[in-house]
Amino acid sequence: MYRFTVGFAFAKVLLIGVAIAAGAPPPEQGTADALKDQIQKLQDQLEHLQLRVAELESGKTNLPSPAVPALPAAGEPAPVRAAGWSPAEPITVARSGSTYVDISFDVMANVGWSTAQNDEVRTGHHAPYERGFSLRSAELALEGAVDPYFKALSTIAFALDRDGETVVEVEEAYAQTTSLPWNLQIKAGQFYAPFGRQNTQHAHEWAFVDQPIVLNRFFGPDGLRQPGAQLSWLVPMPFFTELALGVFNNRNTSFVAGSAHAHEDGAEQHGYSPLHGGEPVERKLRGPGDLVLVPRLCTSFDLSDTQTLLGGISAAFGPNDSGPHADTQIYGLDLYWKWRPERAEAGFPFVSFQTEGLYRRYEAAQRIGDTTELSAETLHDWGVYGQLLWGFKRRWVAGLRAEFASGDDAGFDSPVRADRFRLSPNLTFYPTEYSKLRLQYNYDNRHGAGTDHSVWAQLEFMLGAHAAHKF
Amino acid sequence: MNRQIILITASALVTICAHAKLNVVATTADLAAIARAIGGEEIEVTALAKPSEDPHFVTPKPSYIAKLNRADALIEGGAELELGWLPPLLDAARNPKLALGALGRIQASSAVNLLEVPTTLDRSRGDIHALGNPHFMTDPLNAKAVAELITARFAALAPEKAETFKLNLTQFNAHLDSKLEQWEKLLRPFAGRRVVAYHNTWPYFARRFDLKIDLFLEPKPGIPPTPAHLSDVIARMKAENIKVVLVEPYQNRKTAERVAAETGAVVVDFCQFPGGLKGTEGGYIELLDYLVTTLAKAFETTERQ
Repeated sequence: MYRFTVGFAFAKVLLIGVAIAAGAPPPEQGTADALKDQIQKLQDQLEHLQLRVAELESGKTNLPSPAVPALPAAGEPAPVRAAGWSPAEPITVARSGSTYVDISFDVMANVGWSTAQNDEVRTGHHAPYERGFSLRSAELALEGAVDPYFKALSTIAFALDRDGETVVEVEEAYAQTTSLPWNLQIKAGQFYAPFGRQNTQHAHEWAFVDQPIVLNRFFGPDGLRQPGAQLSWLVPMPFFTELALGVFNNRNTSFVAGSAHAHEDGAEQHGYSPLHGGEPVERKLRGPGDLVLVPRLCTSFDLSDTQTLLGGISAAFGPNDSGPHADTQIYGLDLYWKWRPERAEAGFPFVSFQTEGLYRRYEAAQRIGDTTELSAETLHDWGVYGQLLWGFKRRWVAGLRAEFASGDDAGFDSPVRADRFRLSPNLTFYPTEYSKLRLQYNYDNRHGAGTDHSVWAQLEFMLGAHAAHKF
Repeated sequence: MNRQIILITASALVTICAHAKLNVVATTADLAAIARAIGGEEIEVTALAKPSEDPHFVTPKPSYIAKLNRADALIEGGAELELGWLPPLLDAARNPKLALGALGRIQASSAVNLLEVPTTLDRSRGDIHALGNPHFMTDPLNAKAVAELITARFAALAPEKAETFKLNLTQFNAHLDSKLEQWEKLLRPFAGRRVVAYHNTWPYFARRFDLKIDLFLEPKPGIPPTPAHLSDVIARMKAENIKVVLVEPYQNRKTAERVAAETGAVVVDFCQFPGGLKGTEGGYIELLDYLVTTLAKAFETTERQ
């Protein structure tokens, strides 16, 4: 993560954005005569066009369909724009198909209050701070075709920390192949590992303002995401089935935490792991076994014309930092079901249910702790969440999420392994597809810490290219 | 022995080729209907969106990925109609036959001239399609242009059946031309009439049949009706004696009924897609037949009142 001052970072991005969008030289400084000439020419053209329109309308003929391109051998010619730029012409930003890159900018601004504070209960980097106003995600997304072989997507997220300083984060920056044979696809760069359902979603796609507890505990506040590569295969079957295998660097909460010790309670242990209590060991890359491997299988069925089910199993295997030979294994099951009637208006009404269950086996080696020496042991953790959404009326969605996470007894008593139960009802209003207002309450019970109550309001707004929805 | 194997393989290949129908996926039912009219028995057609479904908001079911993966051709409306749901499905489908510019990627909008292309893009005016109004199939002449495009592509994809496709196109055109004459005759007495619609779906239909469908229950495209806007619409309907409100299967009929009750107008069920309303299942021409006769009837009944 890099820190810049707010002004500098934004100004730079904006300048780059404008340069990309305009893609044309500034208007030439002509004399008044030249401008007059130009206006006269435009007027002539306009009259000509008006005549032509009148002709066509009176003839009541269909405008001649542009000769049907029977054999677009070299692809359909892209619409040609007039050369140069005139002041009368609007600057078009991110009009689909007329720029090389689709740009969008998505902001989530929050206000809230909680009985807890200082990261005691919030889960996820993009979740609102417990008290007061916060802006934890202003995400610039760039997407487009690189060439006939790759498409690329990059999301750069800005966030303001408690001091109002800007934090910049490369959420994702990857290329994906578009023309591999045998139903294969390769993705490479920085991106979310294909584990479960929510891990691959950006914060603004979430149905709640924060990350599920179990994902936060197992994968950290940014999720399971590192530079890596992924091969996936669409299995040639009558129904949707996809197999994926990702390989990533090992920096992650459940693997080699590195400097990213941030946890749900933010309790930095001054050099000691908040998870296993020992001094973390550096795990150098000696071979492929020191990387994190993420296999996933997912499949989907239409239960009827109005109901669809999507399910998957995932795993993540890699080294951890409790000792030079210790490993972690994580397994997950996910299920998503959605009902929507055939006459839904703008996507409403609907009912959906999403659940994920994860189990982690963490081999903790013999460790040197804060005060004691901890013996070798295996830590077993698990967690589950289920969320029900009801789009009861056009623009309105009511949601309820229930979750629980737990770990077995171990030599080190870790707060990020203790029992935790959370119940979160929320209500979201979508004025359009480009904005939303969300109100959420969290009842949060942590074993040993007691019960906390939090209320958050969130406003999301988006500029630029229309983002398509995935199932 | 060897000869036998060769013979069996050869005959198997011939059988496969003879039976290999073009596998066509269409995003909406109107495009699927045209494809069926042109392809006839020589193709398999699957429509993704249900005819009663809002084409802007189709659930991107993973089963569509499997369908797109196996398709030889995809017919889409284009002009951003499917922007909200089709691109990720195509990404996941990994089918180079459907890549932009490929023969199998048939964008219907490329065969027609779009109306209402905005000169500036500004979402404070609602969800406007940057490339123009995408509901162009409601004009029969646009449907002819699209049918022509589909025929050309089918012929290029399956040259051995090109003659059949061309013959089917000629028949389709002839049938449509004769029908169009009837439709124009039916609606001619009502030329210039103003009609209210829930959403701005009908500018092409209106242009073809000389109607004015330019007053909408939605205050702006994609924004649900508000009481203030509806009372404006009601006032204008009363002032101009507008008696017909068009509503599509996925739109809020209750709102239309309320407006109609206040103004003594009738609500007319309209639909862009064959099969979206009872009696329109037959195909594109049957759908237009239904729309024109229903509308003409509505004009007549409200006139007598």
